[in-house]
Formats: sequence, C-alpha cells, structure tokens
Amino acid sequence: MNDDAIPPGSAPTTALRRKVAVSLTVNGQRSEHTVDARTLLVHHIRDNLRLTGTHVGCDTSNCGACTVLLDGESVKSCTLLAVQADGGDITTVEGLSGPHDGYSAMQEGFRQCHGLQCGFCTPGMLMAATGLLAERGPDITEREIREGLEGNLCRCTGYEMIVRSVRWAAEHPEPVES
Amino acid sequence: GVVAVYTAADFADYPDVPGGLPDLERPVLARNTVRFVGEPVAIVVAENRYAAADGVQAVLIDYEPLHVMTTIASATAPDSVALHAAHGSNVATVVPMLDDLERELDRCDLRANLHVVNQRCAAVPIEPIACLADWTPSGLTLWATFQAPHHLRNYLATFLDVPQSRCRVIAPDVGGGFGAKIVWYPELFVAPLLSKWLRRPVKFAQTRSEAMVQMSAGRDQEHDIDVGFDRDGRIKALRVVVSQNLGAYPDPTGLGLAVLTTWMAAGAYRIADVQTSYRTVTTNTTPVAAYRGAGRPEAAYSIERIVDLVARRTGLDPAVVRRKNFIPPSAFPYETHNEAVVYDSADFPKALSECQRLMDYDAVRAEQAARRNDPSQPLLGIGLSCWLEIAGFGPNGSLEGFGHLASWESAQVRIQPDGSAIVFSGSSPHGQGHETVFAQIASDELGISFDRIEVRTGDTATVLQGIGTMGSRGVPTSGSAVKVASARVLDRAKKIAAHLLEASEHDLEVADDAFNVRGSPGKKVGWSEVAWASFQPLSIPPEMQAGSLEERLFQESPNFSYPSGAYGCVVEIDRDTGKVTIRDMVIVDDCGVVINPLLAEGQVHGGVAQGIAQALFEQIVYEPDGGQPITANLMDYLVPSSADLPDFVAGRIETPCPNNPLGAKGIGESGAVGAPPAVINAVVDALAEFGVEHIDMPATPEKVWALMNGASS
Repeated sequence: MNDDAIPPGSAPTTALRRKVAVSLTVNGQRSEHTVDARTLLVHHIRDNLRLTGTHVGCDTSNCGACTVLLDGESVKSCTLLAVQADGGDITTVEGLSGPHDGYSAMQEGFRQCHGLQCGFCTPGMLMAATGLLAERGPDITEREIREGLEGNLCRCTGYEMIVRSVRWAAEHPEPVES
Repeated sequence: GVVAVYTAADFADYPDVPGGLPDLERPVLARNTVRFVGEPVAIVVAENRYAAADGVQAVLIDYEPLHVMTTIASATAPDSVALHAAHGSNVATVVPMLDDLERELDRCDLRANLHVVNQRCAAVPIEPIACLADWTPSGLTLWATFQAPHHLRNYLATFLDVPQSRCRVIAPDVGGGFGAKIVWYPELFVAPLLSKWLRRPVKFAQTRSEAMVQMSAGRDQEHDIDVGFDRDGRIKALRVVVSQNLGAYPDPTGLGLAVLTTWMAAGAYRIADVQTSYRTVTTNTTPVAAYRGAGRPEAAYSIERIVDLVARRTGLDPAVVRRKNFIPPSAFPYETHNEAVVYDSADFPKALSECQRLMDYDAVRAEQAARRNDPSQPLLGIGLSCWLEIAGFGPNGSLEGFGHLASWESAQVRIQPDGSAIVFSGSSPHGQGHETVFAQIASDELGISFDRIEVRTGDTATVLQGIGTMGSRGVPTSGSAVKVASARVLDRAKKIAAHLLEASEHDLEVADDAFNVRGSPGKKVGWSEVAWASFQPLSIPPEMQAGSLEERLFQESPNFSYPSGAYGCVVEIDRDTGKVTIRDMVIVDDCGVVINPLLAEGQVHGGVAQGIAQALFEQIVYEPDGGQPITANLMDYLVPSSADLPDFVAGRIETPCPNNPLGAKGIGESGAVGAPPAVINAVVDALAEFGVEHIDMPATPEKVWALMNGASS
C-alpha cells in the first residue's frame, strides 16, 4: 500500500502506471483491454471503447454527465477506475433502445417534453433517470424525481422539463421482456 | 508521453490575445507577471491527458508574490498597484455623469440610497472549453465549442497570419455557452499553432477546475444608487454609479457590460431625471465578460431593488409603487435618458396584472399578514420584478463595439431540385433550438413541410458569413433573416409556378408543399415540380435564370428589441436556520411574437434557474490577500440541482416588436434578468419585521440568519 502514496509534486509511482486487464460487457458487447491502473472508467469508455456519448463535465463527481449503469445501477464513471468495474456489465447512453422509433421511453420522454437544450448533460441525465425509474417504479412522485436526480446538473433547462420527461417515461412503461 | 513544452518566449513572434485595450493586452501565456490564478504559464503537450497531467506536475515556477487586489475597492485604494504598469492605473475606462442630480434629489419629499453588489458568477456551461486543431498543408480546421465560429475565424486568421479562406472553424454541438463562449481564450489561438509546429492534431479539453478559474466570469458590478421620490411613491430622480470589476485583462464584452447597465438603469419606469456613470477596473481575478444577460441583469436588479425600497419607505405596496411609475403602454416608442435607447413596445401594467393573478397576490399578502407574528410558522415573503431588458442585437454598430465584424445576421435559403430546402444561418446554436425554430420560420414562409427543411449552422466553410448567437438575437435578428430570405425565394418560386400553371403569380397561394390557384380547386403544382423546373432553363419564364431559388442576405435591424415581463416570487424562510425556500415562482414574459412556445418556455426556465441561482446560491469568492479562488470547482461553487429549484408557473403577454419582420423580441436572457430581483425582493420582504431593507446576493442561510439575529444589513 505504501507504494501507492503519492507525495505532492512527484511523478506517478510505478503502481499507478501498472498495466491491468479490464474486461467489461458494455451495451451487451464483451471487451478486453489492458489499461493503466489509474485509468478512469469514463476515459476507458470514451477513449478505448470509443463510446463518446458519455460526457465529462467536472472533476469532482458533482455534475453527473458521466453517469452510466453498472450492473443495473447508475454510477458516475468519472469516480470509478476502469479496473474497479472489471467484470461488470455496463450500459451507456448508446445502449439505450426501445419501442419508440428505436428509442427507450426515457429518451422519447426527453424528446416529447423538451427535456434537453444543449444536450451535454443529457446522456448522464438519461442514464441516471433510467436507473432511478428502474429502482423506484412508475409511481415515482415529482419530488422523488427531483431528489433522485440531484446528482446530475443541467445548466440549460431549469430541470422542470427534465422532471416532466421522466414523468412521461414513468407513464409509458416498456413491455418487460420475459 | 510528453511531446513538447512551451513557455511565453515561444510566442514572441505572435500577437497578444485580440481585443484588448492598448497597454492592457493579454499575452497568450503569462509573460513574467501572472495577474490571476488560472492564467496559463506554460504549455505541456502530451499523447494523452494522463501524461499531460504528469508533465504539468513536473513544471516548476519560481513565483515572487506581488501585491494582490481582487476587489474594486482594493484595486482603487491609495496603496493599490497598477496591474499593468504601462497603463499606470487599475481604472481602465470611465464615463462620467453630466450632472450629479443633487438639486433634483433634494427637491423630492424623500431620498434614499443603496449600495448594491451584483456578485461575480460563473457561467458553468456543463461542457467546459474544448477545441481540436488540425493544421494541414491545405489549411487549418479548428473544432471549437464556441458561440460565434465566424467571429473566431476572423480573429484566428489574423493572429495566425493566414488567409481566412484557409482557416475553417467548426462549432459542432456546443454544450452550453451563456456568453462564456464568445471570449478569446488563449487556448483557441495556441492549439492551432501547436498543431502547425508539431505537425499533428492538437486537442485542448479544459477540466472543470480549470474552467472555474479560466472561463470568463460574469456580473461583478457594484452600484451606488440614489433615488428621490415623493410621499405618494412617485420616483422623480435616479442616480446610478456603476463600478465594473473587469478581472485581470479587459475583455471586449466585459468592457461593454457597464454600458448596457447604465442604458437600462431606469428599467420600466418613467423617471424625470436619470443620470448614470461608470468606471471599469482591473483586478487580480479571472477576466469578466458576458454572462446570460450581460449588464442588463445588473440594471434590472438595482432598479427593482430601488422600487421596493421606495415602497418600504413610503409604506405603499410594491405593486402600487410600480404602477405609479410605469411607462404607460401609450408612451411607446419611449425615449429614455440615453439617446441610444428607445424602448420599442411593452405593456407593463398588463404583465403585472397577469403576474399578480397567477400568484394570487392579494391572497398571499393576506396569508403573510396573518403569519407575521406567528413564530411557529416560517417567514413569508413576496417579491415582484417588473423587469425590462435590451436584446435583439443588433442595430448597426451595436456589436462592432464588442469587436464583432458587424451586427447583422446572415441567412441563406436554398431550394433543392426535389423541393426540399436547406437554411444556412450565421447564428449557430448551443441549446436554443435554432434547427427547429428556423425550420418553422422557413416552413411558414415557403409552404414547404417542416420535415423537408434542413438547418445548417456552425461551419465557416459552408455557412455564409455569420456573427453568432448572443444578446438574445436568435429569433429577432437571425430568425428574421431566415424569414426575409425565405420570402424572397417564395416570390421567385411563385413566378415559376405561375409559368407552369399558366396563371397569375398574384393568384397563387402556397401550402402543404404545393402552389394552388386561389379559387380554382385542384389547379396546383407541387413545390417539387417548381423546384425541379427552376433548374431547367427551358421550364422557367424567359426572363429568369436557372438556379434562382436561392437567397442570401444580411439582415439588419433598425433598433434593438426590449423584452420585458413581470415575475413574482413567494419565499419561506426557516426561522431557525435562515434557509430560503421558494414556494412559488411566477414568470410572465413578453418577448413579442413567439414562434415556438415550448422552446421559448425552455429558454425562460433556464434563465430563471440561473437567476435564482444567483439570488440564492452562487458566488465566486477569492481569498482576499492571496487572490486564491476558493470556489474553484463544483463542490465549492453551488450550481443548483433539480432538488434545489421549484416548478415554475409561466404566463405570457404579447406586445409585438415593431423593429423586425417577425415581431419577436428575443427570450434567451430574460429569465436571468428578471428572476434575481424577484427572489431578493421576496427575501427582503420576509425579513421586514427585522428591519432589513437589503441583503446582497446570494441570500445564503448564513447571511439571512445573521440578519435575523441582529447583525447589521
């Protein structure tokens, strides 16, 4: 463990530069990569897997633009090392799909209710909302939506139309695959 | 993994960042003196962000501390030191007032003064600054998250000394801007040079912690206001002295903020005597530039606070004082205290009535009265804001002052041979929905289905010249360009349709992708046939030329537009903690003619959210002696989340703008202008029983609690 303590101003230690194997299932596809141990999951997704729908909007885990589903739960992929997700099953925004012209109810809700403006926070917002709805079910209240999404920042919409979008999705449940 | 390292010396042959004032220019990298925390001092180019971060760690700078001044007060104090020695003072620009109005103020029954701080805020588009430069033998392509790609192209080509024809700037989907992406960041100029030198593409992607100290900040004005009024609540004289903190280097838009503030100082009110002055001051802080509203939120906040102060001092209801002083609807166009500013149209009494109706004003006042002396209940406060702003930039000369090529906006409408259309606009969006609203405008005008119209923006190689998206000009200026260009195309298309139908063009009407002869059902020709024929010399009237169904124009505006509205806010304040909760937020806008109600409402929501954020949550804070920013990430700078904001009750009135063909006034900045005074007026109203007459933003629980517990305001 002592090897991992980094004095300020020094070069990264060998431990951080160690290469590690990461195998993931992302949007149903298996991938095997060897990455620097310090590689964040979001950079692995964007730079190695070339799935650039997942965004980075801060460096303190506040904005949630990087939110993905890991084993069905929404996580901030800037706060996990890629190696921490090893063996996991990840869904990014590219992996959302459904009966609405190919889009999921959540995506269609955002389209119907003007739930996005610039769109930069939208992938993270969609994933967080998808995770939230899966967890809470369709009876979710507006207050629960607002509190459930408090880890995702949007600077354009003022959130009301995002809340409406999530409500739309809640009111249009997708048929459950058996 | 590190490829190269550069310092200021490597850029000795290149100009400074454009747009500065003489002796106050910003070097691309700090040259011997670092003037604010966040100013780049060296460049590390590496093969990936991790290697670059390692390289940055290895850069050692030997700093010698200098006298640090982060505030207007400290930068103008007797012991201040000029940030830019060649300029000799920290005061960059001054516009004095012609008359101090002391006689007029003294003649009034009553007078009052207020010192108002409009705090420094961060724009925080969720996408920070990013660019990718690719310099090849055939020219440069720069992808940049920017609000005005042509504007950047114009200045970049000059900086690099290359012809504009070999300098292409592309603003792809831009992740929010709010004014902070029309600013000259050194990285936008440096990345292309590095690409040239290194012979490979070079990318810069700002982290949020970098953005919080490098991206231009907004607001940061202080006002000293004196108001003279009579006991019946009539305001007679107003004097507003504005000081603008510019940050370390004057930005072209930063220099203009105080101009707009002084222009709009009297707001929606007819005040006989108004005088304003301003000065702009450099400090050891991140440069200040346009941020959603850009000078108008500062004006609206101060006049709306003043009107409430007059109400307090006269014992009248704030709504009554507003009505007594409103410019009446019959007085438009209304010439203000500044000859550049002639309000176009408004109906302030109607907007206020609608706002009061939606907030059930009398009932909530009664509720407040019942609660006032009941300590078991939270405090209740009611705030109004009858704001007005200046938008639709702009008339000739208005944007040139901010360094732009001109103030028009371009549109190009091109009919394809199948009768579909492409609309090119020089104004590129960053969330406003130009693709939707411009297609609607073109569709309404041309009679071509919405789905058969494609809107293209943001690429200097394909779009006719452009100015950009700022100053709430999207619909009034850029949309009007699309409308007029479309109308001209339609005129020519009718000639061809008439030729094909052997009818008079004056008898034609267009709808549903076809030209119909009025009064002759079934006698029609499709847009696709007309479009196809337009390219065939043998199918068109002999006086016409093939390919005529294309129009390009630069739309000029004879005057600005003046969006207005009435916002009402009801807050509750926890008596134990001082925490402010917004119970109701009623927003009645008048942006003239609305093209797309949903997009307009979205714009208002976003602006109001930012306005509430300024009123209650956000402030950039510097450690005063060392100049260290202590709000330099999103943990320490509180951007509100969905849980922090209320639902909005939106209403609307409409007074068309006479200054553009659409009658639209613009909507992008309204919410950020109107919301802060509504919220703060409500907070001050709630605190009335403590004798509080003012609180500076943000009204944090700590500040509110202190006022409730005897600290002086």
